[in-house]
Amino acid sequence: MGKRRFAQEALSDWMRSDGPDSEIVISSRIRIARNLRKQPFPMLATNQQSREVMEQLTAAAQSEELNEISRFDTFILSELSELEKRVLVEKHLISPNLASESRGGALILNDSESISIMINEEDHLRIQCLYPGFQIKEAWSLASQVDDIFESKVDYAFDEQRGYLTSCPTNVGTGIRASVMMHLPALVLTHQINRILSAITQVGLAVRGIYGEGSEAVGNIFQISNQITLGQSEDEIIDNLYGVARQIIEHEKAARERLVAESKIRIEDRVRRSFGILSNASIMDSKEAAQRLSDIRLGVDLDLIESVGPQVMNELMVLTQPGFLQQVFDEKLNADERDIRRAELIRRYLTQQT
Amino acid sequence: MLCQECGEKQATLHFTKIVNGEKTEFHICESCAREKGEGIPGTSGGFSIHSLLSGLLDFEKSSTGGLGPKPPLTLRCDECGLTYTQFSKIGRFGCSSCYRHFADRLDPLFKRVHGNTIHVGKIPKRSGGQIQFKREIEELKKEMQLRIGQEEFEKAAGIRDRIRELESKLEQSG
Repeated sequence: MGKRRFAQEALSDWMRSDGPDSEIVISSRIRIARNLRKQPFPMLATNQQSREVMEQLTAAAQSEELNEISRFDTFILSELSELEKRVLVEKHLISPNLASESRGGALILNDSESISIMINEEDHLRIQCLYPGFQIKEAWSLASQVDDIFESKVDYAFDEQRGYLTSCPTNVGTGIRASVMMHLPALVLTHQINRILSAITQVGLAVRGIYGEGSEAVGNIFQISNQITLGQSEDEIIDNLYGVARQIIEHEKAARERLVAESKIRIEDRVRRSFGILSNASIMDSKEAAQRLSDIRLGVDLDLIESVGPQVMNELMVLTQPGFLQQVFDEKLNADERDIRRAELIRRYLTQQT
Repeated sequence: MLCQECGEKQATLHFTKIVNGEKTEFHICESCAREKGEGIPGTSGGFSIHSLLSGLLDFEKSSTGGLGPKPPLTLRCDECGLTYTQFSKIGRFGCSSCYRHFADRLDPLFKRVHGNTIHVGKIPKRSGGQIQFKREIEELKKEMQLRIGQEEFEKAAGIRDRIRELESKLEQSG
């Protein structure tokens, strides 16, 4: 059992460094789905089979090659508290599915939390690599390296025609989901976002809001990812996503420039108001917090506000999620209490910075 | 008005459900609506990718006949026991052998989901060596035809030798 450092800090180490275009792209992520040849997929596996899968894969993770990449800890899901699982979900290190439903579930996590390997989620093995900023190609090359290490130890379910076989038909083939998380406040403010998003869905990519429910984007944060996994190579999938994301970055940059050129004082007012409210409010629900944190982040990126750093939005977004609030204040909180504690935490954070 | 479920938050979702003439009113907050999920209009709960998929697969209810003719009720994966009917309901395979047992039914599904039916990406290094050879041979054959078409016979012959070399390797390892 490793130490439970992940529950202490809202910001994973990998998020503390800047990546290319990090004023717009928060993070780049690759997820690879793989299954073992001889075992039924987790949905139909018996408890005994799930345990065997977990043992086989956690043993493979002990390999020297993997530890040359980074130092890893293994966490057995059934040995974690509900709160710890919730915190891992809020940091996007495990899926809600692994937290709540898995049998024989485990997480293999490296120190900087940039590589998280889930066992017995919907598939036997899910390798996730996260990079700050716009580094989707780097994320793929690392994830593929981890994939090769596992493949050298265990027999994957692979079919010449269909590729890597997965539980869900939407992942079959390459088994990869590449995604970039983008902060697009200027495109939202200038009402261009819907036009752009609907264009994205027409080129085989999916867009969804993050932290919100369904497609609603809370805090102007959008996640763009590939839909197609069969019939395109990994490089094609990633190049396609890269090209589209590149264009969105340029549009967002242009929109920001135009906002500053045409209505700087209005934007400045908006940013300062949000800063004022977050620094003073006594009740703050998560939706308003996300919106106002987005304003502040835009203010930081446009040099309209100097008292806080660019990480403020990333960190507070995670820190003010329900699980983390309970972790920070060390008590169980209902919805109203959370809104009060959230306001308190943000106030404290922002006054510390200044 | 407070949410009738949790009694904590403000009720933001108000709706009336009429089932067989019996009217029931609901006043609930967003988070309870999400938890209750399905059956409540205007919430996304209970509607997953799997229910979407099973819509694609649901040949029996679909007016257009869904994905081709109805499969025999007995179509079942020998390995894990999942039936095709179950697969089409839950939208997930039970094991890697399902792909083989349901093979005849899968092309239309993959075509709809991915626009393709054949994998062209990464191949496992250790267990996929043969597949790698086969793919390389396919590529070389295409190139050889191209060279012949352009009357570059010397180059075509070079490629032919390379193909033979790979084919003999393939035979040895197979």
